[in-house]
Amino acid sequence: MIKVDAISKNYAEKSVVDTISFEAHNQEILILLGTSGCGKTTTLKMINRLIETDTGDILIDGQNIRDKKIEDLRMGIGFIMQNTGLFPHYTIQENIATVPKLLKWDKKHIQNRTNELMHKLHLSTDILVRYPHELSGGQQQRVGIIRALIANTPVLLMDEPFGALDNITKSEIHTAFKSLDELKNKTTILVTHDVQEAFELGHRIALMDKGKILQIGTPKEMIYRPKNDFVSNFFASNRLLLEHKVTTLADLEKMFHIQDIIQPSLSAQSSLSAQSTVWSALQHLSTDKHDFDRYEKLSKAFAAYRKMQIT
Amino acid sequence: MMKQNFWTFVVEQHEKLFMQVIQHLGLTFSSLLLAIIVGIPLGILISRKEKLAHFILGTAGILQTIPSIALLGFMIPFFGIGAIPAIVALLIYALLPIIRNTYTGITGVSTNVMEAGKAMGMNSRQLLFKVQFPLAMPVIIAGIRTATVINVGVATLASFVGAGGLGEFIFGGISLNNSNMILAGAIPAAFLAIFLDQTIAFLQGLKFRNLNQWRVIGSLITIIALAYYFWPTPTSNKLKAGFTPEFMGRQDGDLGLRAIYGLYMNPKIISDAIMYKAIHEDQLDVISGYSTDGRIKAFNLKVLEDDKKIFPPYYAAPIIKSKTLLKYPDLEPVIDLLAGKINDSLMTEMNYKTDFLQQTPEKVAQDFLKSIHLYKEAGLRNAGKIRIGTKIFGEQYILAALYKMLIEGHTSYAVETKTGLGGTKICFDALVNDAIDLYPEYTGTGLLVLLNPTEENIKEVTQNPEKTYHYVQQEFKNKYGIQWLKPIGFNNAYALMMRNKDAHDQRIKSISDLKAYLSY
Repeated sequence: MIKVDAISKNYAEKSVVDTISFEAHNQEILILLGTSGCGKTTTLKMINRLIETDTGDILIDGQNIRDKKIEDLRMGIGFIMQNTGLFPHYTIQENIATVPKLLKWDKKHIQNRTNELMHKLHLSTDILVRYPHELSGGQQQRVGIIRALIANTPVLLMDEPFGALDNITKSEIHTAFKSLDELKNKTTILVTHDVQEAFELGHRIALMDKGKILQIGTPKEMIYRPKNDFVSNFFASNRLLLEHKVTTLADLEKMFHIQDIIQPSLSAQSSLSAQSTVWSALQHLSTDKHDFDRYEKLSKAFAAYRKMQIT
Repeated sequence: MMKQNFWTFVVEQHEKLFMQVIQHLGLTFSSLLLAIIVGIPLGILISRKEKLAHFILGTAGILQTIPSIALLGFMIPFFGIGAIPAIVALLIYALLPIIRNTYTGITGVSTNVMEAGKAMGMNSRQLLFKVQFPLAMPVIIAGIRTATVINVGVATLASFVGAGGLGEFIFGGISLNNSNMILAGAIPAAFLAIFLDQTIAFLQGLKFRNLNQWRVIGSLITIIALAYYFWPTPTSNKLKAGFTPEFMGRQDGDLGLRAIYGLYMNPKIISDAIMYKAIHEDQLDVISGYSTDGRIKAFNLKVLEDDKKIFPPYYAAPIIKSKTLLKYPDLEPVIDLLAGKINDSLMTEMNYKTDFLQQTPEKVAQDFLKSIHLYKEAGLRNAGKIRIGTKIFGEQYILAALYKMLIEGHTSYAVETKTGLGGTKICFDALVNDAIDLYPEYTGTGLLVLLNPTEENIKEVTQNPEKTYHYVQQEFKNKYGIQWLKPIGFNNAYALMMRNKDAHDQRIKSISDLKAYLSY
């Protein structure tokens, strides 16, 4: 668990981060969301002391990060950066093994762990002997993720990790990333400016502007319980899509009879389940004209649900 | 005498050539190694302390601009002569490219990569050796390449301070009018530069990312550098001798000392510009000089008596093409005004004034002309231009100034002087190719260096100065269409000299005494 307590950072009299406090829990992905210059990356880098705080404290599992040797602190934190930050003079294998070597793992252990993670992120072990520039952007970013995960650190920090990727590659990596069981024993903080990514990956979202956190909460809270106009305006352009995505069939099931929508789909070889979002369910139903009635019924149920949430 | 061709020269001199190549490599690698040891840490330092960068790069840049001969001259009081001043000078030239490229290479490592290293928990040492250094390596190697090529070139000048190397052949060849000797030095020097450059390029291509492999290369350089010091050199005498390259190759020079006196000095080869300074600074004990040199008086040197007569006296006289005399009819009578006017002691006195009292050659020349009532203010200078050349020592500068004043005062010709031409060959070639019109030459040099006569011829014509003069006058006219004008009056001969005090202490008066002292 990470506890950030009233941290600030100024550059030349200009306040970049202004007395921010929040907590990130175990097994959680917390998103720091905001436009460029809002202070989200600075906040992230203060956690592994790439940037030092001016005032305030950061505690990881109760221990102040300043009480640890800086190298030890950083070896206990996985870090994934926007432009991969892979060493151009190291092969993929050497890049991945950087931290284990600093930790003096034996070769066999490094090898096994590398292969395991390569498999999980759908990378062929053939590329291990290549250099970063010989890989595609998506492959490089996957390697970056493996490098950050290999030492199984309790904390993972991600700075715009998927920002440079095209949409298709991005959604593939999102899927692979979400399904990683490695995340289950970690506290993850991810910085992004991409609203859809925030909703796709985040358990909770902290929306930042001008060095402050305006609201922190679950995606649903951010959409249906905005604290002020800035928050609701921030999501305005994606609002309809986001509403469909934050609502699951399970949410609707509690209030409406939609068993007949879910059941036939389950029996078929489709991916719909109670955990599916309304967005994916509607998309699924819209592909077949025989499902026209069910589509309409689901839409109506969602419209009613939505009305209840807002009022 | 048959003209020697290049290959026979190389085959004959292969031992010397091999020795010089080893010396040359030794100088280059020793200085390079030191430059790497000093330059890379400095480059790393200034990449971390930006404030120092400007100062250090600026200083290294200024050092780089000091002319190499001047730098070697500065070194003598501090480091003496021989390999040390040469290596220090070379080190100074090699520093800038190495420091600058290290700095550029290290600061050029992307901040993104640096941040990644830090974020993974590398300490600054690990960052330096695992990230910055390997990534900067191509740029650093490029700097070492530049430094190597510069050093192979500058190392030819090491022969000026008696450090050996291929410069011995190059500058000896220039002094002795021996093209084969020049080429035997210049071709290997050029080849070494290309070879080392390509070798480093090749090593660079191997993409050494591992520091261990670099250690292997580092040790290799060290071994070559050290080999130079442990290479068997002839054991030194009680007295250290320094001779000019020209003296080394002449019958009336080192060859004569060996043949007639049986005197083997194992001399260092050194330029005459630096030789006097070196004996004055106690870096040398015996040097080859000229009998009229002002520094004999200035530095209190003793000219050893040539009791077996291997240094015949030679007249100094201006030489000029016959066709030039026809073109400028007023010239010969004016030049002849000086004939017979300067005897040995007058010339030595004038040399003393320039060499020791630091008067300009022009002032010395003017004072002299006034004293013999030949000085006239320069008048109109519209009838044509005469170009006077000189070799690179004081006496010639004074003679050039004398002729310039005479000609401009007594005729309507303008005079341009081209002083300090690097040696007999350069002066003579300039005259033959009409780059200059006249220069003062010595009959002995004309005989031995330019004409290359047979041994019997030499014996016959060197019996007295007049015979030598008439022989070279005849031969030059026939061979080159060049006239020897009337002798100026003084004789200039080679001479061996020591510090007066040493000569007195060891009771050495003649070359035979020196031989006896050394074999005792």
